[in-house]
Amino acid sequence: MSEGAANVAAYVAAQREQAPALPAFGTPSLDASRAQALESLSQLGLPSQRDEDWKYTSTRAITRAAFTPAVAGAPCPREFVSQTTIDGLDAWRLVFADGFWQPELSLLDDLPNGVQISGLGQSLGSEPQRIAALLGSALGQTPHGFIAMNSAFIGDGALIEIAPGTRVDKPIELLFISGCSGEGFLSLPRNLVVMGAGSQAAVIERHVSLADERLLSNSVSELILADNASLNYQSVQQVAPRGFHVGGMFARLGRSARLQATTVTMSGALVRNDALVNLDDEGGFASLDGLYLAFGRSHVDNHTHITHNAPHCVSREHYKGVLGDRGHAVFHGRIVVQPGAQKTDSVQNNQNLLLSADAEVDTKPQLEIYADDVKCAHGATVGQLDETAVFYLMSRGIDRQAARRMLTQAFAADVLNRIELPALRSYLEAQAAQRLSPEQIRESES
Amino acid sequence: MLKISKLTVTVDGKTILNGLDLEVGPGEVHAIMGPNGSGKSTLANVIAGREGYPVTGGSVSFLGQDLLSLAPEKRAREGVFLAFQYPVEIPGVANVYLLKEAVNATRQHRGEEKLDAMDFLKLVREKLKLLQMKEEFLYRSVNEGFSGGEKKRNEIFQMAMLEPRLAVLDETDSGLDIDALKIVADGVNAQRSPDRSVILVTHYQRLLDYIVPDRVHVLAGGRIVRSGDKRLALELEAQGYGWVESDPSTVSAA
Repeated sequence: MSEGAANVAAYVAAQREQAPALPAFGTPSLDASRAQALESLSQLGLPSQRDEDWKYTSTRAITRAAFTPAVAGAPCPREFVSQTTIDGLDAWRLVFADGFWQPELSLLDDLPNGVQISGLGQSLGSEPQRIAALLGSALGQTPHGFIAMNSAFIGDGALIEIAPGTRVDKPIELLFISGCSGEGFLSLPRNLVVMGAGSQAAVIERHVSLADERLLSNSVSELILADNASLNYQSVQQVAPRGFHVGGMFARLGRSARLQATTVTMSGALVRNDALVNLDDEGGFASLDGLYLAFGRSHVDNHTHITHNAPHCVSREHYKGVLGDRGHAVFHGRIVVQPGAQKTDSVQNNQNLLLSADAEVDTKPQLEIYADDVKCAHGATVGQLDETAVFYLMSRGIDRQAARRMLTQAFAADVLNRIELPALRSYLEAQAAQRLSPEQIRESES
Repeated sequence: MLKISKLTVTVDGKTILNGLDLEVGPGEVHAIMGPNGSGKSTLANVIAGREGYPVTGGSVSFLGQDLLSLAPEKRAREGVFLAFQYPVEIPGVANVYLLKEAVNATRQHRGEEKLDAMDFLKLVREKLKLLQMKEEFLYRSVNEGFSGGEKKRNEIFQMAMLEPRLAVLDETDSGLDIDALKIVADGVNAQRSPDRSVILVTHYQRLLDYIVPDRVHVLAGGRIVRSGDKRLALELEAQGYGWVESDPSTVSAA
C-alpha cells in the first residue's frame, strides 16, 4: 500500500460504511461514479508536496489525523446564521450545516419561473438519473485526491438550475457552516450550477466556521454555462484560524458564455482554492479575480487552471495577496492554449504585498501555448509597502500605522472594487478592514 | 517661527548641509535658491522629517519647539507642510479620503472636534475654488495619472486644506508652464498671512516673479552663502550660480 493510500484508509472505510445511506444509492450510474471516485481516492491518496501542484503547500496538518465525514442531522444555531448574514444583501439563500442543506434556515420564497434552487440531496432523491448525469460533467479528469474524495461522497450541496433566457434578478447565496457536528468533522458539499443558454445569475458561495476548531471542509462546485450564459460567481472563505478548507470550482463555458469569478480568502489555517475553467467554444470570456489575506500562520494556496479549447476566447486573472506575520501564500496560475485556439487573448496578473519579514509567497505562472496566433501576458510582483507613499501620508499628519493601513487597504480594495454586488462589496471591504487592523499590519521587528 | 542653527546633515559620510543657519519670522516668505546638489531639497526634507537624512549637528526650532525630536506626522499636525518636489501617486486612496484623515488628525491634535461630512465638504469646495479645481478631482486616487501641473496644484490644494503655519515648497515651480505656474502662485499668494510663513525652494528666479519673497538666500556647499531681498534673485538670474560659487566674499559670508 502506497503512502498516498495510507492517508486515505479511514476515508475509504467511512465511505463504504456510509454509501448505502447516501442519496440515490442504487442509481447505477451514480453508484458507479462514486465507486470510481473511491478507487481514484485509494490510488491517489491525499496530495503531498511531492505532487507538482502541491509543491508549496504541505497537507500534513490535514493528514496527520483523519477527519470524520459528517452525516446529516447536526443542528446549526439560527442565531449564528443571522450573525453571519451580509447586511443589506437581498438574496435567495441556502444554508448548509457541515455540507447538509437546512431548508428551515434557507430563504427560497417566491422563486420566479425558470429558477430552480434546492438541496442536491433532495433533487437526487427525486430525479436521480437526470441529476447523476449532470454531476461530474464540468470536472474532467480528477486533479487530486481531495476532489476524488468529494466525488466519492456526493450526497448533498446546492443545486441551481437556471432555464434558458432567464435573468435572475436577485443573487443566490450559499452559506456553508462548518463545525455543526463538533470538532474533527469533515464536510463534503457538492454544488452544481447549470446555466441555460442566455441565462444570467449571480451566486455567492461562502464558507464559514461555527467555532475555531480543527475542521475540514472539502467542497466542489461545478458550473456549467451553456451558450451566451452569464454567471457571476463569488466565493468567500472565512475559515476559523484552526480550520482547513479545500475548495474546487470547475467551470465549462459554451459559446460566448461569460464567467466572472471572484475568490476572496479572509482567513483559515490552510485554504486551498482550485479554479479550473474550460473555454469550450468560441467567444467565451472568463475572468478570475482573487484576494487573499494570510496572517498569523495562515496558508492560502490559489491554483488556477484555464484551458482555451476554442478560438476567440478571452481570459483575465487578477489575484492579489496581503501577507503578514508568518503568513504563506501560493499562487499557481496555469493557462493552456490548445491547438486551434487561435486569437486567444489571455492576461494573468498576481501581486503580493508583504507586511512582515517572515511572510512568504510562492508565485508561479505557467503558460502552455500550442497555437501560434495568440496574445498571452502574465506578470507577478512581490513587494512591500512603498516607503515614499508612507512618508507622503505622514507628512500630511497621518501616523505611520494609519498610513500603512490606508495603503494596504487600497491595495486590497482594487480587487474588491470589481465586485458588482454592492452589499457584498461593502461587507467584504469591512471584513478586510477588520483583518487589516493596526495590530495585523504592525511591522515586524527587524 | 522657524530658527535653524548650525544644521549639519551627513549622508553616507558626505556632508550635505554644513552648519546652515536660517531664521524665518511669522508671515515671511523666504526663497532658498541654489545650484543642483547644493542641499536645497535636503533642507526641505529635513524640516519635514523624512528618513534618510541624518542630522549630525545643529538644531531646528519651530514655534519654540525642538522640531527634530518630532515624528513627521507630529510636525505636520503642529503646522509644518512640505509640498513635494515629486508628489507621490497613491493608487486606491481617494484624494477626499486622504484630506479627511489629514484634516481630522490635525484637528484632533489641536483638541478640536472632527469635522462632520457637511462642514468638511464646505471647506473642500471653498479650497477647490482657490486652485480652480473641479470637484470630481476629489474622488480620483491621490496623484494617480495626474499631469505634472495637476500634481503641483494638488500639493497647494492640500496646503490650503491643512492651513499650515510653515509651508516648505520644494521646487513647486519645476515642470510647470506659465499658466499652471500662475494658478499655483495665486494659490500660494492667497494663503499668505501674518501667521503663516513660507519657504520657497527653487532653482529658478521665475517663480519669484509670481510669489514675491521677503528674503532670498543662496545655498551653496551646504550653507547659506548670500542673503538679500528679492533683487538678489534677479542678480542670480542675470549672472548664474557660477558667480556665487566663485565669489570669494561668499566664503566669509558663511
